[in-house]
Amino acid sequence: MTSPLVGVLALQGDFADHQRSLAGFGLRTRQVRTPAELDGIDALVLPGGESTTMLRLLAVEGLFGPLGEVLHRDIPVLATCAGLILLADRVENPVQRSYGLLPITVVRNGYGRQYHSGTFPLESDVLPSGTTGTFIRAPRITAVTGDCEVLARRDGDPVLVQKGRLLGACFHPELAPGHPVTARFAGMVGADRGTVGGRTESRVAGSGFAVRDVPFG
Amino acid sequence: MANHHPIPQVPGFTAEELVSKIGFCEQLKGGVIMDVVDPEQAQIAEEAGACAVMALERVPADIRKDGGVARASDPDMIAGIQKAVSIPVMAKVRIGHFVEAQMLEAMEVDCIDESEVLTPADEEFHVDKRPFKTPFVCGCRDLGEALRRIHEGAAMIRTKGEAGTGNVVEAVRHMRTLMNGIRSLRGLDGTMLAKKANELRVPVELVAWVAENQKLPVPNFSAGGVATPADASLMMQLGAEAVFVGSGIFKSGDPAKRARAIVRAVTHYDDPKVLVEVSKGLGEPMVGINLDTLSEEERLARRGI
Repeated sequence: MTSPLVGVLALQGDFADHQRSLAGFGLRTRQVRTPAELDGIDALVLPGGESTTMLRLLAVEGLFGPLGEVLHRDIPVLATCAGLILLADRVENPVQRSYGLLPITVVRNGYGRQYHSGTFPLESDVLPSGTTGTFIRAPRITAVTGDCEVLARRDGDPVLVQKGRLLGACFHPELAPGHPVTARFAGMVGADRGTVGGRTESRVAGSGFAVRDVPFG
Repeated sequence: MANHHPIPQVPGFTAEELVSKIGFCEQLKGGVIMDVVDPEQAQIAEEAGACAVMALERVPADIRKDGGVARASDPDMIAGIQKAVSIPVMAKVRIGHFVEAQMLEAMEVDCIDESEVLTPADEEFHVDKRPFKTPFVCGCRDLGEALRRIHEGAAMIRTKGEAGTGNVVEAVRHMRTLMNGIRSLRGLDGTMLAKKANELRVPVELVAWVAENQKLPVPNFSAGGVATPADASLMMQLGAEAVFVGSGIFKSGDPAKRARAIVRAVTHYDDPKVLVEVSKGLGEPMVGINLDTLSEEERLARRGI
């Protein structure tokens, strides 16, 4: 049985951090920049980065529609920071396009500029006590407007939500190895497909060629 | 597991600093940071897909042309750009001018570029960047400059290139020199690492980290002379993780189109077909400068080594 393959949207942002972090849980990953690269993936990560940049490239690459179809397929999805913004039902500051799959309202940069970024304790019944989250120019969830589980809060604000198999975080679990939120996602992926391997596709800097579907390590 | 650590342990940084400052820079990867001089240009950059803008009064090509002392920008002008866009706003300070940096931090600029493009304020010392909450980016020509800046607290490194020339040759030289410097540390024993650290004037722990991990402990971006989508792709293929474009966009014939093309070129840096597509009909690029015509004094990359 082949191990499950996690597609990581790689238009811009910290997609490589997600790949490293998932490799730590023995998951195979593939960078996704074109509709064809969505074929055959068993789970999906929407990484951090700039949501305006990602939206523009999703449109240019003809990827907005195909990605939406995959998101509707009910596979495990982990969306962090900018990724969460893409999934929200309503986005403010400014108002922008999104998939509307998580019934939440998010305000971009809702905790302020980079000066206010940092690592904060999370309150949660499902994460181990003492779990923290790194918030970087993070979106703020100002309303949960429908059927959606709030798994963690920061000073009372929802910051980790789940609806079905969509897991969305305002913070960046990918910046900490072995983070419990990544573990939860890996669990969802593993439960889907049984045992997992441990392979990551990557590019070789300087060679000029992408090396995809090739294991390393 | 050590090599899977997304945010490396770096001697001299606390874990908190590392995650917050370097984590910010991680979010810019695979993106383009564009120089802008007013809110209108900032909006054009944002709409084109820039992952951040650099707010400054004059782009490097004009600084070069005008001469005189180039300083940090008017706070009003920076604030105008902060209001105009939702993406991160960076701004430049003179090398060693820690007061300009304190002012940018007070304005909550997202990232500070301690830049050789402005006239240096201190010929001996760079800003001690560690006490700041704001991440700093600094330029380098080689591994020694990169590690000295990281040791001073820089959370991101970029090549210096030769800003405001539209000529990528120096950025290529600096990126190749940096990457060769990293490779040359491979397999050195403790004695050799200590000698190297002494030569580069940085702590041996930092050199040992780079030797073992074969990369810089902070994101490694490119800047200085990028004018076309092909230039941007060239820098990415040489090892850059994102690209700064200074004069190259708003000194060209059709800035919005060129900006969109360079953004796409960075995402698909290893796909020549996309590069061909985005390079069609871009209009006039900025007029470049042949570096042989520049005197030693006119070379900005010699500043702050």
